[in-house]
Amino acid sequence: MGRPMQVARHWRHFREKYALIGGKCENGHVFFPKRPVCPVCGSRNVEEYQFSGKGKVISWTIVRNPPSGFEYYKPYPLALVELEEGPVVLAQLTDVDPEEIHEGMEVEMVTRKIREFGEDGIILYAYKFRPPIK
Amino acid sequence: MEKPVIIGVGMVPVGEHWRVSLRDMAVEALLNAMDDAGIDNVDSLYVGNMASGSFIEQENLGALIADWAGLGNIPAVKVEAACGSGGAAVQEGAKAVMAGLEDVVAVVGVEKMTDAWPSDGTRYLAYAADAEYELFHGASFVALNALIMRLYMKTYGYTEEDLAYFAVNAHANGAKNPYAMFKRPITVDTVLKSPYVADPLKLFDAAPMCDGAAAVIITSKEKAKELGVPKDKMVELAGFWRAIDTINLANREDFLTLKAAKVAAEKAYKMAGVTAKDIDFFEVHDAFTVMAALSLEALGAAERGKGALLAKEGQIAIDGDYPIQTMGGLKSRGHPVGATGVYQTVEAVLQLRGEAPEGIQVPDAEVGLTQNIGGTGSNITVNILRRV
Ligand SMILES: [Zn+2]
Repeated sequence: MGRPMQVARHWRHFREKYALIGGKCENGHVFFPKRPVCPVCGSRNVEEYQFSGKGKVISWTIVRNPPSGFEYYKPYPLALVELEEGPVVLAQLTDVDPEEIHEGMEVEMVTRKIREFGEDGIILYAYKFRPPIK
Repeated sequence: MEKPVIIGVGMVPVGEHWRVSLRDMAVEALLNAMDDAGIDNVDSLYVGNMASGSFIEQENLGALIADWAGLGNIPAVKVEAACGSGGAAVQEGAKAVMAGLEDVVAVVGVEKMTDAWPSDGTRYLAYAADAEYELFHGASFVALNALIMRLYMKTYGYTEEDLAYFAVNAHANGAKNPYAMFKRPITVDTVLKSPYVADPLKLFDAAPMCDGAAAVIITSKEKAKELGVPKDKMVELAGFWRAIDTINLANREDFLTLKAAKVAAEKAYKMAGVTAKDIDFFEVHDAFTVMAALSLEALGAAERGKGALLAKEGQIAIDGDYPIQTMGGLKSRGHPVGATGVYQTVEAVLQLRGEAPEGIQVPDAEVGLTQNIGGTGSNITVNILRRV
């Protein structure tokens, strides 16, 4: 998993994962991630769409037995976040006390480290969500 | 179109088989099924398996198992639909028979999970999720189901205790099944006191990592007669279908409806000419307790949001109106992922032949349903079996 050739695989997704860029079809349906066919109406006329990054938690869990590669970070909170534009994304929550997580909690997107692959491996970054800084 | 029949079943006990390899388990189950059917060759082999490449660095299971079972130069392939691979493989075998291209088909489901380090195993299971948008973020398969469980509890006002009854029922039945991994009953307390794996999901809400293999022999009624198989040994695959849903849970329109199961069940019921009311027992995919509840709802045994009530009220017990997990289900018999759908099929056949172990035989069972889920509900198989 930590092979250098994995760089291209992750590089392909940098835009969406660093900036939460999804898709919007010609009929105005927005979705994340961007895909070739609109999941709502089937239109193939899809362009990039920048989400605001604001949303709320609709379900969450604390990952205590993670998949290999994430042991260092355990336990960590993982949530389904409903974006204000409608679509739902799965992401880790950050900068939050697990005790404070609740349904309906407002969150905003931040770019954070997801994991690393040892000393000479790449470091993966992507969106996480945190309670908004007022 | 003439429905195919199952004329032979075989399996190995589910467990942590550290001394036994994938090929040995698969061949043993397969030969048991062939012996049960009274045949010494088959026209083709379908292997249900999810992740042998990851767990034991072995793909091409069709060739491996057919070769080691001495089946000659027949067609043999692996069928993969994540944890739903076994049920899907049974359907592919049935389709070949129905098409008239293959007379006698063997289906073996096999998974060898305990050769992998547990956290690697957790990773391989998460390959059934969306690698880029779920596993990438550190989602384990358990975590994704925990997200569903929390939503289910919140939406319908259930507690962790309400869902624990599914595990209790599974263990009560599994305790009487010699092929089950956990042969001991548990209480609600056992579940509630087990540690959180991904809150609110606890260790005893989930099926174990394990090894196992099960096999069935499928043929046409005509061929079965020709082979001299007695009628009471034949079980008809009366209806079957499968369907997919979004692979990424976050993209699901409704987190609490197993749409794929609904679609598959509707078609399977229609093909079999039955409704949920006619089903004498359900082998549902209880990899997680909440999945048993959602499955009962999707299959029409319970109204939306009422699945957990069936467990609490004891209706899912052998003597209830909707017996489920008659031989322990995934929770107690064990869940060797790609083999599970075939174990369910074997168990349904034993029930319908009246050969289930003492104490867990559903009296006068005529029709049974097996439902096998791949992913977080993204790939679901429904099979309806009936006494001939
Ligand atoms: Zn659209």
